[in-house]
Amino acid sequence: MIRFDNVSKTYPRQSRPALRDVSLDIEKGEFVFLVGSSGSGKSTFMRLILREERASQGMVHVLGKDLARLSNWKVPQMRRQLGTVFQDFRLLPNKTVAQNVAFAQEVIGKPRGEIRKAVPQVLDLVGLGGKEDRMPGELSGGEQQRVAIARAFVNRPMLLIADEPTGNLDPQTSVGIMKLLDRINRTGTTVIMATHDQNIVDQMRKRVIELEQGRLVRDQARGVYGYQH
Amino acid sequence: MRAQFVLSEIGVGLRRNLTMTFAVVVSVALSLALFGGALLMREQVSSMKTYWYDKVNVSIFLCNKNDAKDVPKCAKGAVTAEQKAEIKADLEKMDAVEKPVLFETVDEAYKHYQEQFGDSPMAGNITPDQMQESYRVKLKDPQKYKVVATAFAGRDGVQSVQDQRSILDNLFELMNGMNVAAIFLMGLMLVIALMLIVNTVRVSAFSRRRETGIMRLVGASGFYIQMPFIMEAAFAGLIGGVLACGLLLAARYFLIDGGLALQEKLNLIDFIGWDAVLTKLPLVLAIGLLMPAVAALFALRKYLKV
Repeated sequence: MIRFDNVSKTYPRQSRPALRDVSLDIEKGEFVFLVGSSGSGKSTFMRLILREERASQGMVHVLGKDLARLSNWKVPQMRRQLGTVFQDFRLLPNKTVAQNVAFAQEVIGKPRGEIRKAVPQVLDLVGLGGKEDRMPGELSGGEQQRVAIARAFVNRPMLLIADEPTGNLDPQTSVGIMKLLDRINRTGTTVIMATHDQNIVDQMRKRVIELEQGRLVRDQARGVYGYQH
Repeated sequence: MRAQFVLSEIGVGLRRNLTMTFAVVVSVALSLALFGGALLMREQVSSMKTYWYDKVNVSIFLCNKNDAKDVPKCAKGAVTAEQKAEIKADLEKMDAVEKPVLFETVDEAYKHYQEQFGDSPMAGNITPDQMQESYRVKLKDPQKYKVVATAFAGRDGVQSVQDQRSILDNLFELMNGMNVAAIFLMGLMLVIALMLIVNTVRVSAFSRRRETGIMRLVGASGFYIQMPFIMEAAFAGLIGGVLACGLLLAARYFLIDGGLALQEKLNLIDFIGWDAVLTKLPLVLAIGLLMPAVAALFALRKYLKV
């Protein structure tokens, strides 16, 4: 599903690489935690998968495609197979919950009939049935993150990338979000989640990949957050 | 592509940025009006050229009695009958000259003069014997004036050879000068319009970066992301183009028919008709639509990366 072969990334005008010589494989259907302190390279790792950046060295394969060889105009097609969730939700404040989710389908030209069917379905899945017409501002943080997850999942991506999805939420709400991501993972969607939340990682007992100063320092099946972080 | 979705995005974008949109519309309208005006002016000049060049002559003025005193070339006295016959024969031999060669007598010259300037106080002081006889020659190719001039200018009995075209050319030069000025101004307005469009698109893209960011992440194509911005610019440009068309029509009406009513005052000039204006309008509209769209595309290449 995802393969990194000796991947390094150095940003322009920076001497220290953000990612050095990282090699790993992530299989279809896996749930992976990405941990590490700020500046360890987690964001760069995810940006490389989304092909917002290109690797300086090495090869990145996503969904069987070599991203270095993927031409610019094919990138949107590739991204339709990926869903993305952020710490700050990134909802459109002037659209309702349903419109926010539908937006992800409208802009890739899905037919209206399909949208009308898929949106309530995915809102039910994330536990927001009945809140279709609310504005994001009227919702709690946890509910807003559920809208964001619904938007990321409505196109049924093969891979869901979550960048600290519980970073702005209290522990109890976070548990709800984790349950939801776990459920999405059980439908066969690969989930990669960057996090600083020790409790969550320790409880879930999933694969943990730890980065430190751009290096892969730990890759552990059924791992915990770490030792002294 | 869902038309309704795109259209609503355009409306939102234009309203959000109303002052900027207004500036774009006005600058596009002015530059296109100047562009159309320059085109029409050129057409006017060329239609006047064909009309007038057809009518103008090369005049060979002959010496009269008075010239003998104050024009050195005529020092030998007034033109003689033999000289006149010789000039006429030589003119008729020239290939460049269209036959027949007209001869204007003193009386005819006086009559024409009185017709043209009869009202002015100077005309009262002019007597028939101050007028000159002349040959009026039409050239097959008006550019060949030099041939006639060199052949006759120094000859006995000839006071001067005058190309009426050179009088007209001054007028045409003036009109061409105005044309160049209009094009220069148009270029300036065009640069302003383009910069305004680029800036408007940039502001628009910035204020919608949240939407475009999400669009990118869910895999909307570059075309789909850029379309609303391009349509926005094209729509504003089209309004500018429509305004420019209105300006051109109004200008033609005001200058030629109503207002200044040049058609009545200068009935010697064959003014361009409505059809000349109407045929320019599609071009003006097309440029109004396409130019801002291209400018927007150019601006977006920098601000909306895939």
